[in-house]
Amino acid sequence: MLAALSRKHIAITGRLGSGPALGPPSDQWTTDMRSEGNQPGALLEMRAIGKKFHGVVALRHVDLAVRQGEIHAVIGENGAGKSTLMKVLSGVYPHPDYDGEIWFDGELQRFAGIRDSEARGIVIIHQELALIPQLSIAENLFLGHEQARGGIIDWDKTHRRAVELLQQVGLDESPHTLVDDIGVGKQQLVEIAKALAKDVRLLILDEPTASLNEDDSAALLELLKKLRSRGVSCVLISHKLNEIAAVADAITVLRDGSTVADMDCRNAPPAESEIVRAMVGREMQDRYPKRQPNPGEVLFELKDWWVEHPLHVGREAVKGVNLNVRRGEIVGVAGLMGAGRTELAMSVFGRSWGRRIRGSAWMKGQQVDVSTVRRAIQSGLAYVTEDRKGLGLVLQESIARNTTLSRLEGVSRAGIIDEAGEHAVANDFRRRMATRCASVEQPVGDLSGGNQQKVVLSKWLFTDPELLILDEPTRGIDVGAKFEIYSLIAELAAQGRAILMISSELPELLGMCDRLYLMNEGEFVGEMPAAGATQETVMHALLGTH
Amino acid sequence: MASSSLSNFLKLHLRDYGMLLSLVAIMGFFQVLTDGTLLQPLNLTNLFLQNSYIVVMALGMLLVIVAGHIDLSVGSVCGFVGALAAVLMVEMEWPVLPTFVACLLAGAAIGALQGAFVAWLKIPSFIVTLAGMLVFKGLALALLSGQSIGPFPESFQALASGFLPELGDGEGHVTSLALGLGCVALLAVRELLVRRKATALGAAAEPIALFLLRLVAQTAALGALVWLLASYKGLPNVLLLMAVLIGVFVFVTRRTTLGRRIYALGGNERAARLSGIPTEKLTLLCFINMGVMAALAGLVFAARLNTATPKAGLGFELDVIAACFIGGASASGGVGKVTGAVIGAFVMGVMNNGMSILGIGIEWQQVIKGVVLLAAVVFDVYNRRKG
Repeated sequence: MLAALSRKHIAITGRLGSGPALGPPSDQWTTDMRSEGNQPGALLEMRAIGKKFHGVVALRHVDLAVRQGEIHAVIGENGAGKSTLMKVLSGVYPHPDYDGEIWFDGELQRFAGIRDSEARGIVIIHQELALIPQLSIAENLFLGHEQARGGIIDWDKTHRRAVELLQQVGLDESPHTLVDDIGVGKQQLVEIAKALAKDVRLLILDEPTASLNEDDSAALLELLKKLRSRGVSCVLISHKLNEIAAVADAITVLRDGSTVADMDCRNAPPAESEIVRAMVGREMQDRYPKRQPNPGEVLFELKDWWVEHPLHVGREAVKGVNLNVRRGEIVGVAGLMGAGRTELAMSVFGRSWGRRIRGSAWMKGQQVDVSTVRRAIQSGLAYVTEDRKGLGLVLQESIARNTTLSRLEGVSRAGIIDEAGEHAVANDFRRRMATRCASVEQPVGDLSGGNQQKVVLSKWLFTDPELLILDEPTRGIDVGAKFEIYSLIAELAAQGRAILMISSELPELLGMCDRLYLMNEGEFVGEMPAAGATQETVMHALLGTH
Repeated sequence: MASSSLSNFLKLHLRDYGMLLSLVAIMGFFQVLTDGTLLQPLNLTNLFLQNSYIVVMALGMLLVIVAGHIDLSVGSVCGFVGALAAVLMVEMEWPVLPTFVACLLAGAAIGALQGAFVAWLKIPSFIVTLAGMLVFKGLALALLSGQSIGPFPESFQALASGFLPELGDGEGHVTSLALGLGCVALLAVRELLVRRKATALGAAAEPIALFLLRLVAQTAALGALVWLLASYKGLPNVLLLMAVLIGVFVFVTRRTTLGRRIYALGGNERAARLSGIPTEKLTLLCFINMGVMAALAGLVFAARLNTATPKAGLGFELDVIAACFIGGASASGGVGKVTGAVIGAFVMGVMNNGMSILGIGIEWQQVIKGVVLLAAVVFDVYNRRKG
């Protein structure tokens, strides 16, 4: 046991170039490396990083410098490029596929894959944990790096080292416990212990506290501080400004794929308002169609809507939501990722998400049954999913077939499809939407994101809905097609339909909507007219600052 | 320009034509190797009689596979229903028609039971029908008490080994010939009409030259087939049964909302459900249909052997599933054609028949069939990746 521990110990101290090569392990954890004599300098420097996907710019120009033994927060709105940046850093997007340079430990790095970056001590912990629930904690800790000789696992050593690692992260569980049997908070600690097993030097955490309760979050942040004192650097991606204020030594703000601010927090922490302003920026051009909103009677209402998470018993994902949408009105639902917006929408649309769904839905003052998708459609609802490929389209089928899928009875008689009629319908929508395709016989899988979205919209418009729920209607769509989608939404509202629009892009909500609901952790925490609202006021209201 | 669009089209539809061409190639191959025995009227008739039950089950299996599932129990169900028919007709002396209906209903019930486990309890169909395979094999043995039961009434045997009745003196099987050629002509006219409608809509994808070539070749081949069969004993009853079923299944899969929804279900179940399609009910329906087809095949097989034996149906599921995959169905669901499955069944049938004539041992027949199945699917996957 001691031998294993001191080997690890050498690894850490040896790299730092300070402290004795051998020493009592317990002291090591409490020594603050930053306070030691020599200047720590930058452990990691990412210079002018750029990344494109099929011509769409995800990262424009990002600079990021992380010092030895600091907690460095990277923040920005959804879609600002945080996750892409971390994937470049960890080698998920390998070397020649991005622009710019990555320097680690004073050396230029060209990671070909995640194994390369891990060999250097860069470990990323994703929001979706990469643990295997059916395996024990110990088995998960050494997954891919089994404590084995000649392919035969040394279970004694595995157990011994697992106990050590669990102690280091303060997790009081037997290494034999299945990962499935411990809560999300503890699973997060197992992930960190797994990183320690790989001799981590730079730990990247993507929204680590998003699914944790307050106690678990606090414990996790304490652990990060402890790791910092051991000289482990940490990149923390988070939306939670209070957490960042509590632990971060430096903040880098990303916006639209570029670094827009670098803040040093060690002497004078920046004000929250300053951070928020940097996050949202100020540009707001004429990217949205002109509308003359003319809201009519209340069309759709949701009263005291509750939804329980389908897997976590007792965890309410939607908590007592009340909302209404008028004819001709575009109502937005703003919230950060994980706020429960999609869950809300899908639970309303035929109970397609969650369990123990309670509350009532009303259409034109009458309570309606939305318990199955069919009934929801019959009640006049349509839901345009955020996951076009997974939930919206049958990719290998043609445009025509996807267009009529939700209302085949509209192009058939006695169950027999009138193919000529179907073609006419599909071609009609193709014209109205200006869908760019060779013919409506083309498989939708071949189309671009924007054109696919037009097919999804066609499909739902063919059901002639009164309320359209649009979930991230412009996700993954280029700017030109976005304007077309916006214009279409405006036109639908002008026809007297009600639109409920979910989006993670605040500018889009402010540009398109008449009214906003603000959602946070399953609850509606506010409601405001979009006119006069700014990204700052919305963000402050969402985050509960001010 | 025209030639490039032709080659483009061929590239895109290589699979569809390749299927048919490979059947023709295999037939030609064995025709030469067997010194013309393969296409002799007697052998051709046997070919249909021997493969009818595989074709019937392949129709049901195609829907199951398109819906994204599999049914391993069809061979056992086939044998079980044959045994049931024997017990009802021979031991309990039921008349033929009530037995027939009862057996089809039994097949439907079996399908419904297995389908319910798959659709609502979300048990993988592989497991449910693996269990069904054991259960119904066992039940067939129990019904027969390990013995063969037969013979059957003549009117029942006629289902599998009878021929269409002839008007007049039956010289040259003129009635069969006329009926057969009439059907072939009707088919050709229908294709022309469909083509004209599609052209009017601007949706005709197949280049005109290719269409005409295919139509002429297809009509000639089918006409020759009818001619050959008529020169022996006329058209077998099972051929009529198969033709009607194939027609119905082609229609259901291509033209009805039901068929369309099954393809959507198999192509993307979650998107289908979010489009308001009752995915569970459709899954159940596919299995009920499969049960009825397996029962029908069981009746045909029992009638052909004129006895119900404990070994009936053994290993049929493999031929049936292979037929669907050779015919271009995708193991992940959403893709597959009725005509493909039928052609696949005949590819297997012609190989069985041809190799038997050549005196190739059963051991090597299995090896060769296995290799052909794998080759067909590899070709498919490679083709799709390239496209």
